[in-house]
Amino acid sequence: MTVTAAPDAPLLQVETLTKTFGGFTALDNISVDIRKGERFGLIGPNGSGKTTLINCISGALRPQIGSVVFCGEDITQLPPHLRARRGIARSFQIPRPFKSMTVLENLLVGLDFATVGSNLPEEDVAMSILTRMGLSSKADALTDTLSQVELRKMELARAMAVRPKLLISDEAMAGLSHSEVDEVLDLLISLGEEDITIIMIEHIMQAVMRFSERVMCLDAGRIIAIGAPAEVMANKRVQEAYLGT
Amino acid sequence: MNKRSHSIAFWAGVVIFLVAVLSMTQIVRNEYPFFAGYVILQFIALAVAWSILGGYAGYVNFGTNAFFGVGVYTAVALFKATGAPLVVQIAAAAVVGMLLGFGVGLLTLRMRGIFFSIATIALAIIIETCVMNWRFVGGAAGIQIQRPPVTAPFDSYVKMLFFVQAVLVVIAVSISRYIQNSRIGRGLQALRDDELAAECTGVPTLKLKLVACMISGALISAAGAPAAMYLQYADPSSAFNLSYSVSALAMALIGGTAHWIGPVLGAILLGSTQQLLAVTISSEVNVLVLGIMLVLFVVGAPKGIIGLLRPRYRLRAGGKP
Repeated sequence: MTVTAAPDAPLLQVETLTKTFGGFTALDNISVDIRKGERFGLIGPNGSGKTTLINCISGALRPQIGSVVFCGEDITQLPPHLRARRGIARSFQIPRPFKSMTVLENLLVGLDFATVGSNLPEEDVAMSILTRMGLSSKADALTDTLSQVELRKMELARAMAVRPKLLISDEAMAGLSHSEVDEVLDLLISLGEEDITIIMIEHIMQAVMRFSERVMCLDAGRIIAIGAPAEVMANKRVQEAYLGT
Repeated sequence: MNKRSHSIAFWAGVVIFLVAVLSMTQIVRNEYPFFAGYVILQFIALAVAWSILGGYAGYVNFGTNAFFGVGVYTAVALFKATGAPLVVQIAAAAVVGMLLGFGVGLLTLRMRGIFFSIATIALAIIIETCVMNWRFVGGAAGIQIQRPPVTAPFDSYVKMLFFVQAVLVVIAVSISRYIQNSRIGRGLQALRDDELAAECTGVPTLKLKLVACMISGALISAAGAPAAMYLQYADPSSAFNLSYSVSALAMALIGGTAHWIGPVLGAILLGSTQQLLAVTISSEVNVLVLGIMLVLFVVGAPKGIIGLLRPRYRLRAGGKP
């Protein structure tokens, strides 16, 4: 946090990251830079290492080789809560709400522990995030009464309570209807407009195409294509990875 | 405003409780109510202390007896070596319990669920074995304790112990209530619900669990410290008896762990039932009743007494039920 990176330096630098589980290599020598304010799409078939990669970025897993540099600081060895305090927030592929709390209290956790130095009362900040996400009417509901799309939004809202510089959305649209996908996508795009860098993992291609400024495709733990969305989609190896040869 | 009036009500309740206990020791002549009441108070303190780690954080600790026994033997060793007064014995027991909580926490809190519980059972066995082989405090045969003369305004030692245990209950409840209403409480609740999600939301889970384990350990050991003076005797197999673990756990669960009042209610209900049965039927029936009640509550009211009182009761709903 004390390190001030050069203005054009990338927000996140992943360098030669390798993660193995026993004999299985989940990530193989991954290097990628993500610019500040970028909307970054991460795609790849099931088991290609997308979630492992963001687990290494958010701290749930530690890689065997390689480093993760955030805002000019090497955070490879930091536990997740210290990364959250530095501004890395995430949602989970399968929503993991705090079940014994209301929606509002879910957000207060992040405001209590990850955010420092705010003059406004926490409840007000939490309410403004919920209003933003269209969840204000559910503030006092317990999370088990939420619908799937509300749960997904709650996860994003809770991530926003950390006041992230980098927001990682892990399949926030899985299992949603068309109109709900658009709803969540609009939310993510509007968050991207306020200087929050977003990494989005998604299987729904139309969403990835609409959202991303840059797309990276993983297959079997390796980067097989990276670049503009249309380019990546047109790439032969990407098509093979998805459709089979 | 609401929170503040809750606070005032709470502290008023505390003062009334302590005044009532104190005047009872001055007015009532019969010793038996104090003898029985001490045990109930002891179980309230144990259940409340257990609930800080077991309830708020959801780490089911089966090692209450380890902390209890350590409290007993810290007091015994200190009393035999220096003749230190009761207050010093209790304070020392709390410090030792806290250190033990720190050590045990570092070793075991990375384990989850049943693995943590098993590790804490092992802890009690290890410490009990050590104490059994410690000649200075009597080893396996136990040790007789000569009570020092009682201090004014009390006219009997049991009455004084009754008051002391009441103070320990107040301390345990105040700390438990403070944790529940603080940032720590919210963090513990978050990590109980989902540890990874809590970490990723900025909650320092290991640190909070350690803090909870230390506070819980210190309070359990402190509650155990006067036991040797109460019985005028201490031996490893009763000081490290597994029934302390089972009782503390059962009382907290039957009362409900989502609010500090839960363990208090559970301990009063079970503790007084046990005392009543011990007098009217036999002391062995206790265990049976404990088991039956636990089964009934697990099936009929999984959130305990407070869950029955208010079905949607939530942890952070304020200071009073």
